[in-house]
Amino acid sequence: MTATAQTQTLPAEWRDFFALTKPRVMSLVVFTGLCGLLAAPGHIHPVIAFTAVLCIAVGAGGAAALNMWWEADIDAKMKRTAQRPLPQGRMRPNDARDFGVAISVASVLVMGLVVNWLAGLILAASILYYAVIYTIWLKPRTPQNIVIGGGAGAFPPLIGWVAVTGHITLMPVLLFVIIFMWTPPHFWALALFVKSDYAKAGIPMLPVVAGEGATRRQILIYSVILFAVSLAPWWIGGTGAIYGMAALVLSGLFVILALPVAFRSRQEEDKMKPEKRLFGFSVLYLFALFAALVADRLILGQGIAS
Amino acid sequence: MTPEEEAQFKKARRGRNIALALVLAAFVALFYAITIVKVGSGG
Repeated sequence: MTATAQTQTLPAEWRDFFALTKPRVMSLVVFTGLCGLLAAPGHIHPVIAFTAVLCIAVGAGGAAALNMWWEADIDAKMKRTAQRPLPQGRMRPNDARDFGVAISVASVLVMGLVVNWLAGLILAASILYYAVIYTIWLKPRTPQNIVIGGGAGAFPPLIGWVAVTGHITLMPVLLFVIIFMWTPPHFWALALFVKSDYAKAGIPMLPVVAGEGATRRQILIYSVILFAVSLAPWWIGGTGAIYGMAALVLSGLFVILALPVAFRSRQEEDKMKPEKRLFGFSVLYLFALFAALVADRLILGQGIAS
Repeated sequence: MTPEEEAQFKKARRGRNIALALVLAAFVALFYAITIVKVGSGG
């Protein structure tokens, strides 16, 4: 706890609490959660569906608040995060913790009571995974932290799917694995061209710990795994050809764009064009792939097989 | 606390109260809708 936090007399503004929930991350969570919900076989009432997506979003917000509460001292050391409410001393740390716990518990209870308890249970697991296993335990300890953190971002489509069906099958698990495999090349491409100060804050990011060469190789490895995994929903008959073709093209492009990143090294005055191209495409990739999944379901009406 | 600080204090508190009121009102509306749906479907 910093001195400014202790002597603070002004109450935090509502905007500070809103900022704790990482609204920009939440938009991706809402999108993938909604796609999982729309792609699942079966039907739930729009009001229940809305509640499910709301719970996924609020749960993610609660986990984000707990993440910021725990990492306030790390955030204070990095330019990107130093403006957050806690490092700025605009909010008491315990208020952030209580806010995070309160909205996390509320989201899980509402999900369980209104939608179904399996969805509530997985939501609770995803919050604990992000706030405890990732933030507190593994992020400061391993350079594979991005791989592990990707697991947290991979939960929303799984929860959205289970909100509709009430049980886990191979299809929603595959959606989980797709985002899981997508996160490392997405983030490491960014890490290669953005000069970050994770090292200063003591977080072991792969490019810093293992070097650029290893990072570039791992980007390609994960891209190839992503290629195989993204096609799996089509192979097992869980989707139709619309998704299959989209996955083939999108994942093929992903690997093609990852190749130059993997087999080159930084030059003097490097503009890092291949890395920037891969990162830009990776964002588009995820949106397009999940949109194709939903389009496939809505147009071809498949997804019942598994 | 100076008068300026007090004014700022009241402004921040008022903003939080309004935000909380809106959130609560939204939840009342949501739970009303959920109840109608659940009762209507025999669930």
